[in-house]
Amino acid sequence: MAKELLKGNVAIAEAALRAGLEAYFGYPITPQTELLEHLSRRMIQLNRVFLQAESEVASINMVYGAASAGVRTMTSSSSPGISLMQEGFSYIAASDVPCVVVDIMRGGPGLGNIQPSQGDYFQVTRSAGHGDYHPIVLAPASVQEAIDFTVLAFDLADKYRHLVMVAADGQIGQMMEPAELPPMRPIRAERPEWALTGAKDREKNIITSLFMQPEEEEAFNQQIQARLKVIKKNEQRWYEYLTEDADLLVIGFGTAGRIAYSAVEAAREKGLKVGLLRPQTLWPFPEDRLSELADQIRGCLVVEMNAGQMIDDVRLAVSGQVPVSFYGRMGGMIPMPDDILTAIEETLTRLYSAAGLPI
Amino acid sequence: MLATLNAPISENSLQVVYEYPESLSPVVTHYCPGCTHGIAHRLLAEALDELGLREKTILVAPVGCSVFAYQYFETDGCEAAHGRAPAMATGLKRVQPDKIVVTYQGDGDLVSIGAAEILHAAARGENITTIFVNNAIYGMTGGQMAPTTLPGQKTTSSPFGRNTTMTGSPIRMSELLANLDGPAYIVRRSLHDVKNIRKAKKAIITALKVQMAGLGFSMVELLSSCPTNWGIQPEKALEWIEDNMVPYFPLGDYKVRDEVNGL
Repeated sequence: MAKELLKGNVAIAEAALRAGLEAYFGYPITPQTELLEHLSRRMIQLNRVFLQAESEVASINMVYGAASAGVRTMTSSSSPGISLMQEGFSYIAASDVPCVVVDIMRGGPGLGNIQPSQGDYFQVTRSAGHGDYHPIVLAPASVQEAIDFTVLAFDLADKYRHLVMVAADGQIGQMMEPAELPPMRPIRAERPEWALTGAKDREKNIITSLFMQPEEEEAFNQQIQARLKVIKKNEQRWYEYLTEDADLLVIGFGTAGRIAYSAVEAAREKGLKVGLLRPQTLWPFPEDRLSELADQIRGCLVVEMNAGQMIDDVRLAVSGQVPVSFYGRMGGMIPMPDDILTAIEETLTRLYSAAGLPI
Repeated sequence: MLATLNAPISENSLQVVYEYPESLSPVVTHYCPGCTHGIAHRLLAEALDELGLREKTILVAPVGCSVFAYQYFETDGCEAAHGRAPAMATGLKRVQPDKIVVTYQGDGDLVSIGAAEILHAAARGENITTIFVNNAIYGMTGGQMAPTTLPGQKTTSSPFGRNTTMTGSPIRMSELLANLDGPAYIVRRSLHDVKNIRKAKKAIITALKVQMAGLGFSMVELLSSCPTNWGIQPEKALEWIEDNMVPYFPLGDYKVRDEVNGL
């Protein structure tokens, strides 16, 4: 398929549909609304389920129902709406039903604003609701990646029977750039054997997150943890640029990672030994690769559009081997390449002088 | 008399008049003695049997005393988050409109925390059936005040009796939802005596027929007892329904769309 000029939100919606999305439930919220609007037309045209719910709370529980029936289903929202969905995420995770949630993050806390932000890192990676688990979280940095990760999200959700989130900031959702859509995949003909389709010629199926006996609940938790361990081993994804001889590793995801790329290029033009690591999965965080890189670098500079959230995972991965600096903007402000370049130069200066090396 | 009893019984003289419903699971109940949830379960199971719906039914259980409802039915089932059963049922039904989706919810679940979900499912005319068990109290958590608790009724969180100046008045959900255009069938019945139990079963059958015919949202509210948390004997609890609940929550048909009468 040829490249087209596509807006991020529309691209995600169309990619989901082409990945075999059978039922979408959502609630309007800026800056993700075009996603819902696109599906309100396309899903009906294709005779699939589209429903505008009364709230994000209802949306995610409708998704829970559709997922329990064994169909590919999703919802999308932005930060305050994602906060409201936390209850549903937890039930979904505790029921082993697959589904996809798209978060087009905006400035917060509170009602905040509608500008791009990465302030949801904690709420999407740490547990997304109560209890011991993590969703799989994919973080695109371009419209093309948003498309690819949306398709991947459905495949991972089905593969692991797990909640998968696509966490993009408002910048990705709102900007237009050339990208290629995937071919249309057919709707899945068969329903999984665990799905709620009526107990005809089989034992009844039950989907529940309730285990009254602590022994039973612990055993179920151990199952979740075993699955997460496999996911952690298999699904760490990242993009890497000029790391081979880097003294300083700049680390950023999504839009911040993409702007950091420009800053790294500018630094290289100045002869500075700087590389980039852009996590594409926020959970599982690409800790194995970062831990390897920690052996060769002198330090890290984390760049985020928040007050420093992913930095915790960076610190855990480098485990005290190298110092970790931070540059961030908040409240919907986007860092400029020059600002990141300044932070790179300052960080390198500190690292070299601490090591007694010439700057 | 004795001679008659001792007489050999011929196979032909035996007639099955009462059986365990196929849709009801043969398991031990967790409900308290005298609780009418058991009756409501049985009525729903009988209705599913009589309409031949067991194999295509999906039951959505609430949070509350009937949190384990899915254990009692030989149908597919799931457990919704507190109050969200109508939303979960919406997801289940929209992707498989040929199935029968039933939510079974108590008054705390449906009238309080799930008020938005039931209101909008009803307004959309969602083609699901809701069995709404109203016992005027939060049972599972040990007898706290519900939005349906009667004025002056003592509960563990209204120890001096429900004070309507402070807490407002009970919500009559059937009347409220009947004001919407979406629902096809909304009635209130009671489980306090045999006559009313029979009427309740008839209403459940009608509600399921409404869904089978694709007419839209149907709900049967059942006034129910909670001897444990009301702190009275089971038979007194049934009298309490008749004497106190029925006057506040009048029995009757609140919404019966014309097409329903033809079913």
